[in-house]
Amino acid sequence: MNARLLPYMLILPVTLFLGVFFLYPFVLVAQQAFSGSDGFSMANFRDVFSYWKFPISLKNTLLLAAIVVPVQLALSLLMATMVSKMKKGRDLVLYVWTIPLGISDLAAGIIWLAIFEQSGFLNSMMSGLGVIDQPVNFLSYQHPGVIFLAIALAEIWRATAIMLVIIVAGIGLIPKEYYEAAEVFGASPWKRFTKITLPMLRPSLQTALILRVVLAFEVFAVVAALGGTLMPVLMGEIYAYQFDLLNSNAAAALALVVLALSIAFTVIILRVLRVPKGASI
Amino acid sequence: MAQIQIKNVAKNFGGYQALHDINLTIEDQEFMVLLGASGCGKTTLLRIVAGLETATTGEVWIGGKRVDHLAPKDRGIAMVFQNYAVFPHLTVFENIGFGLRMQKMSNEEVTRRVERTAGLMHIDQLLKRYSGELSGGQRQRVAVARALAMEPDVILMDEPLSNLDALLRLEMRAELKGVLAESKTTAIYVTHDQVEAMSLADRISVMHQGKIIQAATPIEVYRNPAAKFVAGFIGNPPMNFLDATPAGDGKWTVAGQVVDGPRVNLDRLQFAIRPEDIQLAEQGMSATAKVVEPLGAHLLVTCHVDGTSFRAVLDSDLTVRPGDTLMLSPQPDRVRWFDPETNLAVA
Ligand SMILES: Nc1ncnc2c1ncn2[C@@H]1O[C@H](COP(=O)(O)OP(=O)(O)OP(=O)(O)O)[C@@H](O)[C@H]1O
Ligand SMILES: [Mg+2]
Repeated sequence: MNARLLPYMLILPVTLFLGVFFLYPFVLVAQQAFSGSDGFSMANFRDVFSYWKFPISLKNTLLLAAIVVPVQLALSLLMATMVSKMKKGRDLVLYVWTIPLGISDLAAGIIWLAIFEQSGFLNSMMSGLGVIDQPVNFLSYQHPGVIFLAIALAEIWRATAIMLVIIVAGIGLIPKEYYEAAEVFGASPWKRFTKITLPMLRPSLQTALILRVVLAFEVFAVVAALGGTLMPVLMGEIYAYQFDLLNSNAAAALALVVLALSIAFTVIILRVLRVPKGASI
Repeated sequence: MAQIQIKNVAKNFGGYQALHDINLTIEDQEFMVLLGASGCGKTTLLRIVAGLETATTGEVWIGGKRVDHLAPKDRGIAMVFQNYAVFPHLTVFENIGFGLRMQKMSNEEVTRRVERTAGLMHIDQLLKRYSGELSGGQRQRVAVARALAMEPDVILMDEPLSNLDALLRLEMRAELKGVLAESKTTAIYVTHDQVEAMSLADRISVMHQGKIIQAATPIEVYRNPAAKFVAGFIGNPPMNFLDATPAGDGKWTVAGQVVDGPRVNLDRLQFAIRPEDIQLAEQGMSATAKVVEPLGAHLLVTCHVDGTSFRAVLDSDLTVRPGDTLMLSPQPDRVRWFDPETNLAVA
C-alpha cells in the first residue's frame, strides 16, 4: 500500500459516512432555506426576521447563553481545581458530579419542573416553613424572571459536568514543574491560577467553550418543560415553524441562522483563546 | 547576609530514605557545589532548601531565620530547575521577567534586568521567542537568566549548564562565577561534572547515597579525600588503591616495597596515590604496562601492580609499550591511607 495514500484510505469510511448522513441533508436544508415559489430567494429569511417572535427568541437564547456559560465556566474551573488537588476519592467525586450528564435534557427539565411547579417541592417547603400561605405558581407569565432563573439553573445543573470533564483532563496535562517554578518565583495561588493554569488550559477551554456555547444555542427541551411558550427560544421557534406552522422552508432558514451564530462564536472563541506557534506545552 | 544552615535533615520517600542526616553550613556569599553520582539526592536536598519538598526531619535556616514553614517565595531564593521549567506559554522575555513581574516591578526595571541577564547568557537574540522554538541549551540558559534576574540572596542551581556544548559551558561557567561574586550571592550549585565543581566551587560537598561524605575546598577534596569513595570519585583518572600489610613501626608493605605510613594498630590498610603523583624510577613498585594512551601533554599508562589495575600519568617523552616492566615510585608526601573496614581516611 502506498504510504502517502494510506491515511486518506483510512479516513475514507468516516468521510463517506459524514458526507451521506450530514453533508447531504445539510445541503438539502440549505436548498430549502433559500428556495421560494420561483427558484432562489431570500424570502424565507425575510419572513423569519420580520416575525415578531424572532427578536425575543434571539434575545432569550443569547441572554441564556451569556448567563449560563460563564457561570458554568467559573463553576467547572473551581470544581476542576478542587478535584485536581485531591489525592484520594478523586474519581468517586468526579462520578458523582457527572451524574447529571447521564440524564436527558427533557428529563432534567421535568426534574426542575417538579421543584418549581405549583404543587412542587419548593412550594411545599416554603409553606412548611411558613414563608407563604398558599402555593405560588412560580412558572406563570407573572414571574418571567423566575422562569428564566429556573431554566438557567436547570441548564447549569445539567451541563456543567461536560465542561468539568474536559477541564479536569486539561489540568491533568499541565506538568507540576511549572507550578513549582511559579511558586519559587513569587506567584501566589491566585497568580498561579491566572498566570499558569488559565493560559496553559487554553486548548481545553477552547473545546469546552465551543461545545458548551453551541449546545446553549440549541437549548430546547429544558425551556419547553419549564417555560412552555412563555419563553420563546430559537430552537423552539424552529420546532414551531416545522410542526405547528408547517413552514419547513422558514424552519430551514432559522436553522441556518442558528448555524451561522454557532460558527461565528466558534471562530471568536478560537481566535481569543489561540495559542501562538511554539507556545504549546 | 544569607548564610544557609542545613541541620540534621533527612528525607524519606515512602519507605525509601533519600537523605540521611545532612548537616551543612553554607557561608554568606559562598559558592557551594553539590557533587555526586546520579540518584544520590542532590536535587532532593536542593528542593528541601527551596521549600518545594519538606524534610522528614531536620531544619533549614537561611540568613539566621528558620525557614522550614515558609513558602518558597518567602525564602529569598531563586532556582534553576534541572528540567528547566521554562514556561511554554510565555516568551523568553516574559519568562526571564516572571519573578520581577510578580514583585510588581516597573516596566523599565523589568526590561533593564531582563536585557542584562539575557546578554550575560547570550540569549538576547531570542527574547521574542517561545520556548517551543528553543533548543535544550537555549532553554536552559533562559532558566538561568530567570533566576539571575531576581538578584536573590540565595541562588539554587540544579545542573544549570548540563545541556551546553563544552565551549559554551566553559564560557558560561566563568560568566556565572563572575556575576554571582559581584552580586554577593550565596550559591548552591549541583553538578556531576567534577571539572565544573573544581573550577567553580569555594567548597565542594561530595554526596553519596544520601549522605555528605566530605565538604571542603576543591584542593582539599582532591588532595585529602576523607573517604575512599571521594578518592575514587574525584580526579580523572581516579586514585589508585593497593593493599598494604603492616611491617612494624609505622612501616607498611605495599606491592613488595616497604614504605612509611601511619602508626595505627590495624592488620590491613589501603595505600592510595593519584596517577599524576607517580614517577618512573630506578627502583620501586614493579608494574607491567597493559594499555598505553598518549594524551598529548601526558602519557596515561594502565598497568598491573601486585595483581591490581593501576594507572600512572607519565611524561609524554617516554616510550612505553604494552608488556614493558616499569619501576614506579609514588611521591611520598602525596600518599594517602584508608581503613578498608570503614573506608575512611587514616592520618
Ligand atoms: N518524589 C519522589 N518519590 C520517590 N522517590 C524519589 C522522589 N524524588 C526522588 N526520589 C528518589 O530519591 C533519590 C534521590 O533523587 P534525586 O532526584 O535527589 O537525585 P539526584 O542526585 O538529583 O540525581 P540526578 O543527578 O540524576 O539528578 C533517587 O533514588 C530517587 O529515585
Ligand atoms: Mg537531580
